[in-house]
Amino acid sequence: MATEPRLTKTQELVYEITVSEAMAADVVTVGPDQTMADLRIIMRDNRISGTPVVEDGRLVGMISIEDLINALLNNDIDAPIREKMTTKVECFYADEPLVHTFAKFSKYGHSRYPVLERDGRLAGIITKGNVVQGLLKKLEIEFEITEAKQGSSRRDRPTIRKFFEDVYADEISFTFKYLVAGQNLKGTGKAASELKSALKILGVCPSLLRRIGVATYEAEINLASYTKGGEIRALVEKWGITVEAIDGGPGIPDVELAMQPGYSTAPDWVRELGFGAGMGLVNIKKCSDEMELKSSVPEGTHLTMKFYYTS
Amino acid sequence: MALLTLRAVKKALGAETIFGDELLDAIEVDSCYSADLMSDVLARSRANGVLLTGLTNPQAVRTAEMADIKAVCFVRGKKIDNGTIQLAREKNIPLLVTKLTMFEACGILYQAGLRGVPE
Repeated sequence: MATEPRLTKTQELVYEITVSEAMAADVVTVGPDQTMADLRIIMRDNRISGTPVVEDGRLVGMISIEDLINALLNNDIDAPIREKMTTKVECFYADEPLVHTFAKFSKYGHSRYPVLERDGRLAGIITKGNVVQGLLKKLEIEFEITEAKQGSSRRDRPTIRKFFEDVYADEISFTFKYLVAGQNLKGTGKAASELKSALKILGVCPSLLRRIGVATYEAEINLASYTKGGEIRALVEKWGITVEAIDGGPGIPDVELAMQPGYSTAPDWVRELGFGAGMGLVNIKKCSDEMELKSSVPEGTHLTMKFYYTS
Repeated sequence: MALLTLRAVKKALGAETIFGDELLDAIEVDSCYSADLMSDVLARSRANGVLLTGLTNPQAVRTAEMADIKAVCFVRGKKIDNGTIQLAREKNIPLLVTKLTMFEACGILYQAGLRGVPE
């Protein structure tokens, strides 16, 4: 059994799927007693280059743009379609597996084939485009089923988005507030760490957790390194999360300069602890979806970061 | 890019475990951050790596926690602060220490198949 070649999912599908699942059922047809001039208008209006000829619900032939051109050249545009159509027509039955169409498409080179019910009535028409589309659609359905099966545990796991979908109030939000001491890096990172854990419990996805954690950590490092102390606030809402870092001074004299990568006023003790290279605000900007930095000397600085839910 | 267990990383670097020896077999890494500047580490884009650093204070562990880095390995046989070990224990992040220099440690891990982490 191990040596038996395994069919790929697509190969299996072309056997499972029937012609009727892929064909176009809504087909423009013509009658054998209409003229080639009528055909010209029908083809133009429907933007088609060929169509089945049907009499009493039964397929009697196929007529194409090539037949129309020949009729025009022979000055025979008022002839009935019956005289110009092809009567020896290759066709498919609606309940055949789709794989049967492959051979005919390459053998005869026609671009479309009529599809019949077993009782001979016309069911639809099939082109290479229909085959590809039918397969893609089937693959998509299969994929969704597989995902739903695998995802049952994932779906059971609460996500922050699901939470906001499931509960209703005119306004819902969570606020988290952390106090950060200034001029001391000893316990720095605790606020970012606690916030990250809280948001994890609320069901924020890992990649967003990481971005919020890193940005909040950098903001916390700034509070501890340069200010008299301050607080970090996080507001969790339906659309996303806002994190603010607010301090009581001394403020940033030139915000634009402070935002430049590598610009730093860090004292040695901050640098010795692995920070102060002028990358903090740059990192914050990179991690957040929106960032605003307002500062005045000596009142203090107000940093706002916004993060949108991604999943 | 190869996937190495932390046990394999420890062996390659001839390192000792300071905390979390029982975690080393179950955790796999494919990349390495090497820096003494934590902001440089925080600026990188992805998780699933080990941090090589000469910075022995708790901020090294805090940085690993925030950036979802799986373990920290200190270079040049440095003495580690108690606060650092304490935090690693709290956050369940394994700590290693190697006598090698940063340069040598990086070279060995690169040869073992780990790669850098892009911005």
